[in-house]
Amino acid sequence: MTEHYDVLVVGAGPAGLATAQAAAGHGARVGVIDAQPRPGGQVWRHDVRQASPHAARHAFAALARVEWLARHSVVGAETQVLRVEHPDGVRLLGYGALVLATGARELMLPFPGWTLPGVSGAGGLQALAKQGWPVAGKRVLVSGTGPLLLAAAATLRAHGAHLLGIHEQAPTAAVHAFARQMLHWPARAVQAISLRTRLAGVAYRCGSFVRRANGDDRLQSVDIEGPDGAQQVECDLLATGYGLVPNVELAQLLGCALAAHDTHPHVQVDALSRTSVAGIHAAGELCGIGGLAAARIEGAIAGHMAAGDLTAASALLPARARARRFAGLLSTHFALDPRLRTLATPQTTICRCEDVTLGELGGYTDARDAKLATRCGMGACQGRICGSALAELGRFPRSGPRPPLFPARLATLAEASPPLSD
Amino acid sequence: MKGGIASHDLIVVGAGIVGACCADAAAAEGLRVTIIEPGPIGGGATAAAMGHLVAMDDDPAELALAHYSLQQWEEFSDLQEAEFSRCGTLWVARGEHELRAAGQRSARLAAAGIQAHAVDAKTLYELEPELAPGMHGGMLVPREAVVYPPRVARYLVRRAQSRGAQLHAGRRVQQLTRDGVQLDDGTRLAGPTLVATGCALPELLPQLPLRPRKGHLVITERYPALLRHQLLELGYADSAHGDAGSSVAFNVQPRPTGQILIGSAREFDAADAEVSPVMLQRMLERAFAFMPVLRKLQALRAWTGFRPATPDGLPYLGAVPGRANLWVAAGHEGLGITTAPGSARLLLDLIHGRTPAIDPAPYAPSRVAA
Ligand SMILES: Cc1cc2nc3c(=O)[nH]c(=O)nc-3n(C[C@H](O)[C@H](O)[C@H](O)COP(=O)(O)OP(=O)(O)OC[C@H]3O[C@@H](n4cnc5c(N)ncnc54)[C@H](O)[C@@H]3O)c2cc1C
Ligand SMILES: Cc1cc2nc3c(=O)[nH]c(=O)nc-3n(C[C@H](O)[C@H](O)[C@H](O)COP(=O)(O)OP(=O)(O)OC[C@H]3O[C@@H](n4cnc5c(N)ncnc54)[C@H](O)[C@@H]3O)c2cc1C
Repeated sequence: MTEHYDVLVVGAGPAGLATAQAAAGHGARVGVIDAQPRPGGQVWRHDVRQASPHAARHAFAALARVEWLARHSVVGAETQVLRVEHPDGVRLLGYGALVLATGARELMLPFPGWTLPGVSGAGGLQALAKQGWPVAGKRVLVSGTGPLLLAAAATLRAHGAHLLGIHEQAPTAAVHAFARQMLHWPARAVQAISLRTRLAGVAYRCGSFVRRANGDDRLQSVDIEGPDGAQQVECDLLATGYGLVPNVELAQLLGCALAAHDTHPHVQVDALSRTSVAGIHAAGELCGIGGLAAARIEGAIAGHMAAGDLTAASALLPARARARRFAGLLSTHFALDPRLRTLATPQTTICRCEDVTLGELGGYTDARDAKLATRCGMGACQGRICGSALAELGRFPRSGPRPPLFPARLATLAEASPPLSD
Repeated sequence: MKGGIASHDLIVVGAGIVGACCADAAAAEGLRVTIIEPGPIGGGATAAAMGHLVAMDDDPAELALAHYSLQQWEEFSDLQEAEFSRCGTLWVARGEHELRAAGQRSARLAAAGIQAHAVDAKTLYELEPELAPGMHGGMLVPREAVVYPPRVARYLVRRAQSRGAQLHAGRRVQQLTRDGVQLDDGTRLAGPTLVATGCALPELLPQLPLRPRKGHLVITERYPALLRHQLLELGYADSAHGDAGSSVAFNVQPRPTGQILIGSAREFDAADAEVSPVMLQRMLERAFAFMPVLRKLQALRAWTGFRPATPDGLPYLGAVPGRANLWVAAGHEGLGITTAPGSARLLLDLIHGRTPAIDPAPYAPSRVAA
């Protein structure tokens, strides 16, 4: 049997929560789905130690007025129906309007040693720490690019990690130019200053990156390349963050057009959050990396639109434009140093699921061709990691998703879909 | 060479498993071969297939071609690229009448020289303990195997290239000319031509009727040792050879990776390549009825493919009627991985005017020509 919602929201990060709040305000029957056990998405992920920020608590409160479907993963999409798996079974959820707020994931940039135990994504390690995974007393080096490194480092420090330093690949001049721009964005400047305060005493080095992680069966040290030359640093954990990749797979499965002019495609929307498919909206990071503020505003726009209130949605357009301008600053000032794309050697693993090295992928110019020949991208992650990495390395774009979006029980796929009309 | 004419001993159009086998066999005989393939090698039906090397005995000509081909597949049993795994085929009987059929079928296979024997229920459950209770027994064909078809196609094309064959990768034959082919970039090639374009056959040879027959497959995460044999229901042939608009059958396979590949579904008149939730459900329910444990397994991916189906289910192998120097090898439906090597041998014998090892008459394209 299909349950029907006026507005169905996929993702309970800042964008999805703002959608839910706006749509519920119009009296619509709203369902909010998230694969995670708690709301918050990436930035407001539940922390076992620290209370959620005020804005997050306020957003969570909105869930009281909607149907909150935690631990529900959307694994497939059919005509006007989502196939959703949860720990006890499967549900088929129908909708009048659909809002996609599936966010983004970290870009994993391969370099020698990146698959050693002890090496992880900066956001990934941050998430583990928030869940209570012990980092206390561990020597942690953070490297990559952008303000998210600071956020991850601050969380790790709050959980007792011993931070050896933050290595920002962007050169000092670019980071300073960004800092000067922050004067135009006072709220951001305050955030940044508060982060820096929480990181007092931790070295922040610009124009510096990890070129290799060393260790036999787990991480022991990293080789760092900086303005003053190379050095080796011993550490227990390495957290790298080279940017984010929009989670477009569900939108793709639903037939929404993507904007593919960037290395990593994002969902194409107009300012009022409409995708190319009638009745389907998208908000937040999957529409292009824009950060927390953009996600919240776009979520609200999508919520109003899904509930049919064009006026309320339009009122938010100036705020949206401003938030998206800030995102533009990030991508210009923290553009990746081309040397980072040359770190992986022929022996470096690219596809972790199927154990495929960069060397084995030489000569292929097409993701499907490479997959058929080497199994690259055939594993459980469906090429989310290796496909994005290969796109970043300039090899070939990732190929489209196939159902199920995430590994799902066969019984979930066998659940009969309802007849189209009832 | 644009617009120019080059001379070749054999122009192979299409590099699926069939074109690849033909190109390899021709190059091995010393012919100057040219291969034209617009997409990835083995990226058509060949990439979608289960890769089960299996003899079907319901039609003598099909059995003869399969048997002939299975002998040649032995050459690849140690080839790394083939991922050859001799899991054997275990046909499952759901009722007494199917068990009786198993007896007759194993006799027919044995008469054709293929090892096969009926098994009782006790043996069946010893072989595959996870089968649902209530099965009556079945038939074991121990020497059958599974392979990974697209890598075999690549291997064969490379081997042909190492013997001098030329590959026009990324090019498509736009039309057949009086003395060869014209490519989509205007290049003209002259020489005897073999069309091995699978489901795309009607684009070049509309006089040979062919319909795409859609299939669905699902692959799971790794569950090593959950099952050991390629399993099929004895009623499979009814699904495979029936003319129903759509049908499903129990057909599951242990991959050498420990993954489980689940088929099979057949649909005429389904033109788009999308996964159909309804077909997937029917196919999986069928599989659960035979193996309830499958319900709980994690599916990684589902996909579809199209089998090139002729009206009588037999491939077109031979000269195109009314045309000099034009040959065809296409229409292998759901058995083309199995029967590609034999098809290639047979075709080369015909091209050279030799007597093939098996009677070529049942596959002659002239059987359908008006
Ligand atoms: C690892 C990581 C760490 C980050 N840390 C910070 C930080 O500390 N500070 C900061 O300002 N920004 C951080 N960001 C940036 C973050 O993307 C934005 O700040 C903000 O969280 C984006 O909000 P969103 O609602 O667009 O998406 P998200 O917050 O990413 O929320 C998307 C939600 O959708 C759910 N989802 C996706 N697909 C499905 C599906 N098929 N079925 C069910 N649910 C699904 C996910 O579980 C997730 O909860 C981080 C990003 C990442 C990737
Ligand atoms: C779901 C499914 C499961 C199957 N399972 C099995 C199995 O277990 N065992 C078995 O034996 N068989 C199986 N089959 C059948 C088998 O896959 C096919 O019979 C076989 O792959 C056909 O090979 P082919 O080379 O004729 O066609 P294809 O592999 O489709 O190759 C044709 C090639 O021609 C190219 N082409 C098309 N037009 C042109 C042109 N104008 N110019 C140049 N090139 C062109 C295409 O790009 C393509 O690469 C299965 C099929 C499906 C769909």
